[in-house]
Amino acid sequence: MDPTLSLLLNGIVSGLLLGGLYAAAASGLAVSFGMLDIVNIAHPALMVAAGMAVVLVGTALGLDPLLVAVLQAPLFYLLGTLLYRAYHHFFERRGDEALQGLAFFFGVMFIVEVGLVLLLGPEQRFLDPDYAFVTWRLGEIDVPLRMLAPALLALAAIAALWVFLRRSFTGLAVAAVAQDPEALRLMAVDPVRIKRIAFGLSIALASIAGGALVVVQPIEPGSHQVFIGRVFAICIMGGMASLPGCVLAAFLFGVVENLTASFYGPSWSPAVAFGWLLLVLAFRPQGLFGRLA
Amino acid sequence: MSELTRRGLGRAALAGALTTAVAPWAAPWPALAQGVNPIRIGCSMSLSGGLAANGRSAQLAQRIWAEDVNARGGLLGRPVQLVSYDDQSNPANVPALFTKLIDVDKVDLVTSPYATAMIAPSMPVVMQRGMCYVALFGAGVNERLKYDRYFSMNVTGDDIKGHYARGFLECTKMLPNPVRSLSILAVDNDFAQRAAESVRGMAREYGLRIVYDRSYPPSTVDFTPTIRAIQAQRPDVVFFASYPPDSNGILRAVSELKLSAALLGGGMVGPQIAAVQAQLGPILNNLVTWDVYSPEPTMQFPGVVEFQEKYRARAPAEQTDVLGNYLQPYAYAQMQVIAQSLARVGRIDQEALAKDMHANGFETIVGPVRFSALGEWAEPRNLFVQFQNIADGDLEKYKKPGTKVILYPPALKSGTLRSPYGAPA
Amino acid sequence: MSATALPAPAAPPARRHLSYWLGATLLALALLVLLRLIGNEYGWYAGYFVLQYVVLAAAWNILGGYAGYVNFGAAGFMATGTYTAVVLYEALGLGVLPGILGAAVVAGLLGLGTGYLTLRLRGVYFSIATLCLAVVLQTLVVNWDYVGGSRGAYVIRPMTVPGFVSYGEYIFAVMLALAVLATGIGRTVELSRLGRGLQAIRDNERAAEAVGVPTLRLKLIATTLSGALMGVAGAPLPFYAGYVNPDGAFNLAYAVNTIAMPLIGGAGTWLGPVIGAVLLATLQQAATVTISSALNLWITGWMLVLFVALAPRGILGWFRKR
Repeated sequence: MDPTLSLLLNGIVSGLLLGGLYAAAASGLAVSFGMLDIVNIAHPALMVAAGMAVVLVGTALGLDPLLVAVLQAPLFYLLGTLLYRAYHHFFERRGDEALQGLAFFFGVMFIVEVGLVLLLGPEQRFLDPDYAFVTWRLGEIDVPLRMLAPALLALAAIAALWVFLRRSFTGLAVAAVAQDPEALRLMAVDPVRIKRIAFGLSIALASIAGGALVVVQPIEPGSHQVFIGRVFAICIMGGMASLPGCVLAAFLFGVVENLTASFYGPSWSPAVAFGWLLLVLAFRPQGLFGRLA
Repeated sequence: MSELTRRGLGRAALAGALTTAVAPWAAPWPALAQGVNPIRIGCSMSLSGGLAANGRSAQLAQRIWAEDVNARGGLLGRPVQLVSYDDQSNPANVPALFTKLIDVDKVDLVTSPYATAMIAPSMPVVMQRGMCYVALFGAGVNERLKYDRYFSMNVTGDDIKGHYARGFLECTKMLPNPVRSLSILAVDNDFAQRAAESVRGMAREYGLRIVYDRSYPPSTVDFTPTIRAIQAQRPDVVFFASYPPDSNGILRAVSELKLSAALLGGGMVGPQIAAVQAQLGPILNNLVTWDVYSPEPTMQFPGVVEFQEKYRARAPAEQTDVLGNYLQPYAYAQMQVIAQSLARVGRIDQEALAKDMHANGFETIVGPVRFSALGEWAEPRNLFVQFQNIADGDLEKYKKPGTKVILYPPALKSGTLRSPYGAPA
Repeated sequence: MSATALPAPAAPPARRHLSYWLGATLLALALLVLLRLIGNEYGWYAGYFVLQYVVLAAAWNILGGYAGYVNFGAAGFMATGTYTAVVLYEALGLGVLPGILGAAVVAGLLGLGTGYLTLRLRGVYFSIATLCLAVVLQTLVVNWDYVGGSRGAYVIRPMTVPGFVSYGEYIFAVMLALAVLATGIGRTVELSRLGRGLQAIRDNERAAEAVGVPTLRLKLIATTLSGALMGVAGAPLPFYAGYVNPDGAFNLAYAVNTIAMPLIGGAGTWLGPVIGAVLLATLQQAATVTISSALNLWITGWMLVLFVALAPRGILGWFRKR
């Protein structure tokens, strides 16, 4: 095969796999930021915290990181509901979510990161399952299981969430709460409870994303900084409240980043990806956002 | 806190963080500090933030030195006391901390924080006071400042560009077949860019054509596209200049894509660190990379074994690198330089100390050291080592010879080059 | 919605302005004299550390406090100022004062550009754009060899400045003047039509627009002013440290503190950021030289969360009626 073509194909495939990781991180945000209008900038930090928990538990019990991530997801769901209770009590109820609410999550992000440093030290942590060292070859194309397994788990979790939102009563209520909480109230559904459940789910997704991250790379408390910009960019480009849109945008983002790295050198890939977001924000907000203002 | 393990949590870490801050009143050797007027040596060190892993282990090494010295009766008949603050790996914190050390704490001597980015912002303050200054692992800090009381405990020497990559390229001469093409990938940071510049400048001399030459940002998550682009050029020699955690990501991608080259490695920082060695295991086999210390018979300088024993006994509780095969002996040697100079001069006089350091050599646990006019090592000693015989991630073998074999410089050579990297077993 | 009570206009505006400038200048002079009497270099360096945050917090407050638009990219704007000063030094050998002027212009234009691109949208998009902006700018600086790229840039500062005891005192005096200026600008904005317009935007942007407040124009003025002042805060940094690298200039601590300080002091008032910055920065400096460690940043995080949750009007809110 022509080397350039091979480079292109491999760039696209590895970009899609990377996109799977991004989708895991961004889908939780699509729920909290997109549907509930809660700007949870601590989401990537919670993801890294979940990753740290995966490493500790997985090492202690000798379990697979992805399995641990799924097992601990209910705990993170609870953590999410608690966080939402606090957020609702102090900010949403008062109508302060714009400024103080944002600062609240900023503080949470900081507390999580520095708390991890104090607790575990600044060093990298890792937990590699055996399959992380295996690579499948399909002709000229390499598919490392280190990237494939987390991507598949992420997509499965997102698909499950999507079915839940489409099929169950509670799920439909989550979609409704984004549009008109008053109408829900008239249907005798408590919008606060619905939002609490949905926020809990978004943090549970952060747990799964954390497990996926551990398989992909070693993590340290500051790892989330790399993700903040990326996941918000993906979420906005994906149309905010749409899970399929979010997954597509994640794939696109991964592919653009990787092709830039392959053909123009890795120095420019973050600037290209974020420059793209700035342009979207500036010139085509209507086309990509679910709703405006 | 006897049940403390390496992963020991919470209160223990917090307590550790509190005690590592050697506040003036909390000296770890109270018996000596009382009564006599101690010699106070101050510095800032990165105990949190990005440089903390190395900063913490350097500080442990310096504390071991202070305990050793005090056990022998101190310096000039006075006990030694270390005063240090956490600069949080933020250069902007450094100037204030150094004025605090010099003006408020009235320390007698200052030593540097770890790495160029932290040393550089301390220089204006140190220069203004005319302090004699022994720095740890700075690269080219004094190139433009030309401060004649600056001394650097780092193996790179005056001319990084002209020396750094020499050893790596010399290794190409040990290969069975001649090599023609070279690829370079370097992270965007100070040291790595200097390393890349060095290999770029010398490539022609060794008959190497550069077929790939790029930088990458430290936030890179996935290295597979970059490694694949390198693979597409089929280079004979691959030079990486990287930092943790990227070194890890690069080598993982190299192994996944089965990138093979006659000589692969370069100026990678990361494979010297115990945690990285544990994780990568056999992936490190045949990697040829820059290093500063290896427990090979050729480097058994007097005192280094005793130091490492003490260090390894205490590292797990301090949550720092468990092996101490990297900058730790140099942090100890940094303090030895000060001690030997003080003994020769006989009093604390910054000018006389600097004169002595320029004029005379030192015997340290990392070997004999002399300083150049710029304060760097007069004889650069960039080691290039090859990882060999690694079957798993167990760290015991890194305490013994034969795992990190020294290929360069010739005077310290302890084994033969194995090639290629990444050959199917 | 939130409504901070404006201080009742007691005296005619001109005299109130005069009294601020006189009072602040006298206070600043007193501080200078006091520190010179103490004669301790550390006082100047620690003072600089605190004062740079006064400038940053006052700058952030102009857009964030009055209009409610959260800028996460303070480090980006500040680094723009820092690197403008580095470029002027490298290219023309200019010192700190021209550097500050240049920084104000460049960072102000950057603010204007960012505002123009994103301020037509909901506030949160502006916030995220500023977050991304810092990343893009850092990438540019890292790839820009002229200012040293990732290696950082050295600035060889003079050993002495005429009329000052040392360069440390000089750079402190410069920052002190900037702090007085930034706070004064914040106060002038608050008492002007601009400030009232911005507060109307914060309380209800649509209603403000409906009654004829030129919202976009006011927001653009505020973003430009805020960006310029953040740049100004960064310009003396290379002269203070003698060296600057991208990691230091874009440090996360600036972004966090710049948001935390006005909110803790009392956002939307000119005095709030000053109180917040002096309190928090002094606390951090004290913690750095006593308990050290990451603990002090952790305390900042907790203080931010507790304050926004329990005292949403900040410290000043305790003294004023809601």
